[in-house]
Amino acid sequence: MEEIIKAEDLTFWYSDIDEESGGTENRVTVFEDLDLKIEKGSFTAILGHNGCGKSTLAKHFNAVLLPCGGKVYSAGYDTSEADRLFDIRRHVGMVFQNPDNQIVASVVEEDVAFALENMGVPQEEMRQRVDEALKAVNMYEYREHAPSQLSGGQKQRVAIAGIIAMRPDCIVLDEPTAMLDPVGRREVIKTIRRLNREEGITIVLITHYMDEAAKGDRVVVMDKGKVILDDTPQNVFSHVEMLKSVGLDVPQSTQLMYLMEQSGMPCDLHVINETACADFLYRLLTKTKLEVSLDNKA
Amino acid sequence: MLKDITIGQYFPGTSVVHRIDARFKIVITAVFIVMLFSASNYSALCVPLVFFAIAFMASKLSAKLMIKSMKPIVPVIIITSILNIFFIDGVSVIKIWKLNITDNGLYTSGFMIIRLIALICGSSLLTYTTSPITLTDALEQMLKPLAKIKFPAHELAMMMTIALRFIPTLIEETDKIMQAQKARGAELDSGSIPQRAKALVPILIPLFVSSFRRAEELALAMECRCYNGGEGRTKLKTLVSGGKDYAALSLSIFFLSVVFILDLGKVSF
Repeated sequence: MEEIIKAEDLTFWYSDIDEESGGTENRVTVFEDLDLKIEKGSFTAILGHNGCGKSTLAKHFNAVLLPCGGKVYSAGYDTSEADRLFDIRRHVGMVFQNPDNQIVASVVEEDVAFALENMGVPQEEMRQRVDEALKAVNMYEYREHAPSQLSGGQKQRVAIAGIIAMRPDCIVLDEPTAMLDPVGRREVIKTIRRLNREEGITIVLITHYMDEAAKGDRVVVMDKGKVILDDTPQNVFSHVEMLKSVGLDVPQSTQLMYLMEQSGMPCDLHVINETACADFLYRLLTKTKLEVSLDNKA
Repeated sequence: MLKDITIGQYFPGTSVVHRIDARFKIVITAVFIVMLFSASNYSALCVPLVFFAIAFMASKLSAKLMIKSMKPIVPVIIITSILNIFFIDGVSVIKIWKLNITDNGLYTSGFMIIRLIALICGSSLLTYTTSPITLTDALEQMLKPLAKIKFPAHELAMMMTIALRFIPTLIEETDKIMQAQKARGAELDSGSIPQRAKALVPILIPLFVSSFRRAEELALAMECRCYNGGEGRTKLKTLVSGGKDYAALSLSIFFLSVVFILDLGKVSF
């Protein structure tokens, strides 16, 4: 499958030059020789503890940060080519954590139109694309509201609409639900999943919520600037002990299975959501009941 | 308490005044202000008042709202009128101790009060009937010709848009910080005025710091949405002017000429 984002031997450090000691450079290395490919149309979740470099990595995907070594290719362009900057950003959109700090205009539809205005899209087409984008995130009826009247989840969906109006191939979301309440979180995740399935937009979701990561096709776990696990959610979450050792949790269902394994009961560590968990327990219980009843008969 | 701020508040509606092109409304408001300040006698001063009355009736806004908009300038009005009453030379009407109230003083201060009130009402009518975003758009378009002499018209409009957008956000944030400081024992509502002013410092500093952080994040988000200045930008909505806009402008100019005629006719009262 074709990849939309490709990081090759990516090395990045933050440097802070110490004036007092004669300009020596203190390098804080975030990644060294990191390789990662994101396939077109996929839903990838990047998981990691605070400070593991996941946000820094995301910022490389649309040339907000440029690699200190190695290359990042986004939508076919090398991110270090300065004159391709706007092409890259048009194809790879980015949604940030705080919805308040990414809404520019004081009317919802004007904000969604912001990127299109910057791109110089003609008026009639702009109207159509703004309406489409608002409908795609289910915020069309709020198009004339002021952002301050909306809830956190609604604001974040407006921010997403502002990105999809550009018709990007890929959206990178940097902890989009971290500041939202549970209802807002569900709304946002539902929207993201629908965009991925129905519109075929590649999604890269940076998160530290396991349940959100479990909704992806692929989970990449990062720790100290390195990719330590990269697989389907089922396989990733079955490494319960490894995840715990880097300060991460597993979805509650997996946690239950893990505890069952610990106490020597039959279990399946590849269970990552409530439905699968309930199914497994049902099968387990009916089986044991059968065995119990057979025992009784004997 | 912070929720009561009415500056720049917009009351949506469909009246004629609401529908007039914002650019024309700005020009008409300017003409109105010129009327107020070029009127040199009471009969000339009546003209802008009549003009305002017509505009106000047409806007279908409630009188209560207008009175509310006056609230913040009441102290200003009182102070200027007191100063005017006492410190303008003329024939003494009433004498209290060493202070003279003169006929000229009364005349001028009455004039000032009417002017000030009309000024606030007139400009409030503009902001009440025009959404802030249309207002900034109008300003941007009006200032566009100045871009040729390097005047940053787009940047100015962008700054205004962002400022307007962040007013509610920052008010909310101020409220939160105030609550947080109160929870830590800050006394904001009691004490002498210098004490209260000092108590504001622990509110303003966090507010500033967080504004800078917001500004940085917003700039990043704007860049990620391909913002690169005013060049080659298109607009979701463009302002269109029609017959009614020209009619309203002509009306205001007609009133202005009446003021001039009355000024010339009666040089002094």
